[in-house]
Amino acid sequence: MDPSTSSAITLNINGEKHTLSVDHRTTLLDALRERLEMTGTKKGCDQGQCGACTVLVDGRRAVSCLQFAVAAEDRQITTIEGMAEGDELHPVQQAFLDLDGYQCGYCTPGQICSAVAVIEEHAAGWPSAVTDDVRPEAGPPPLTPEEIRERMSGNLCRCGAYTSIVQAVARAARSGRAAGPPATASAAGDTQEEKDKEAAA
Amino acid sequence: MREFGYHKAHDVPGAVALLGADPDARFLGGGTNLVDLMKSGVERPARLVDVRELPLDAIESTGDGGLRIGATVTNSDLAAHPEVRRAYPALTQAVLAGASGQLRNMATVGGNLLQRTRCGYFTDVTKACNKRAPGSGCPAIEGEHHNHAILGASGHCVAVHPSDMGVALTAFDAVVSYQTAEGTGELPLADFYLPVGDTPHRETALPAGALITHLTLPPAPVAARSRYRKVRERASYAFAIGSVAAALDVRDGVVREARLALGAVASRPWRARAAETALTGAPADAASFAAAADAELAAAKPLPDNAYKVTLMRNLIVAVCTELAEEAAR
Repeated sequence: MDPSTSSAITLNINGEKHTLSVDHRTTLLDALRERLEMTGTKKGCDQGQCGACTVLVDGRRAVSCLQFAVAAEDRQITTIEGMAEGDELHPVQQAFLDLDGYQCGYCTPGQICSAVAVIEEHAAGWPSAVTDDVRPEAGPPPLTPEEIRERMSGNLCRCGAYTSIVQAVARAARSGRAAGPPATASAAGDTQEEKDKEAAA
Repeated sequence: MREFGYHKAHDVPGAVALLGADPDARFLGGGTNLVDLMKSGVERPARLVDVRELPLDAIESTGDGGLRIGATVTNSDLAAHPEVRRAYPALTQAVLAGASGQLRNMATVGGNLLQRTRCGYFTDVTKACNKRAPGSGCPAIEGEHHNHAILGASGHCVAVHPSDMGVALTAFDAVVSYQTAEGTGELPLADFYLPVGDTPHRETALPAGALITHLTLPPAPVAARSRYRKVRERASYAFAIGSVAAALDVRDGVVREARLALGAVASRPWRARAAETALTGAPADAASFAAAADAELAAAKPLPDNAYKVTLMRNLIVAVCTELAEEAAR
């Protein structure tokens, strides 16, 4: 018997439930953009190679172009639209704004979602490919520019805004309040802000 | 993309039964390779059985110093696990050297072992490829092959296995456990990948319909001092053009035990047994490391555009072994 090739599903996005019928071939990325009018998440390569479509799934960053929507049921999805709390930008968003962490802006929603997760992963003690000693006894590596570049390497920027992106991620991480989506993060801004603006200028 | 049915499996026997009911069904793990191949038309399943929610996501000590790693453990969780980092650091390094943070969060251990080659002829359905369409030919041999195999290839296929994780697992003698409708079984990773021969489309010895349930890493004290080093064409987020997973037990300047596996040189993660034999009992110095590399690479059969890999791998083996020996001397 031929299987059914579509399903009625409920997606939990930024704390709100959305019920829709999807062809199983629909990716989470296309469901967000084409069905739910949440166009903040961007389609770049559609092959898992550029990171423009990065969202958080159960708090962890993932590329929404390789995630079928039907398989994302029962998961908590956070998109760029869910990062700010009302008019208060997420600290990572604010850092990207303050330090010009973008040029055209197309990769920026993915960069920001990825950066939020990078800060959380680092806070959890995860090593990276450039961490000298990965043994737990060595302790977590400092979040140096080299560490940020490696951890953010899944997000390509055709404009080449990498220098300011690294600065923005570093500042948001230093604020100590930037890990996780809004539920776990608090207000933006810190005393480092002016220094960073000077450094970027 | 072909339309497909979707089922979420909740237990292992159910997953196996669902797959067995349809010859065109595939297991869906993280989807980082399968979904991509479905988009390009290389894979055209009629049904997906989603195994991500199976209770196979634990990493547990085996009691004898080894580890049992569930098939749906994500690459991220494997790399971050304290016991993996302590007892098998090269495995953490290998996993972290692969893909991106996003993809490592999605990808599963079982899926990583079963990922397909990134050979451009394999992923382009308009081209001939003996792996994708048996008997159609291998354009890579005369065509684009700068990142293809130098060891263990055949006149039918020269593609390389893309996994970083698998290289470290091969060095540490991992064993793959699986379940079929008939029961459970296991395969040492050394026997898991089939030689290319004239059947490059047959990649593993897994029985039809088998679900990988977990891996077992046997205790390996030597692995506590191990490294993975990967060379690629950009600094990050690219497949290897060559990689080495190595572990050395050096005492009084002599190599007591060696583990060595090579990546991106063959259709499977390549255990360098000839090099290990040459290293065992040899002085831990550059001359021994070079001789060991030469012993392994004597069998290399490079193509016109990938002969650089022989030099690259020789240098890589010497460099990683030298680092490990220096670490032991500290």
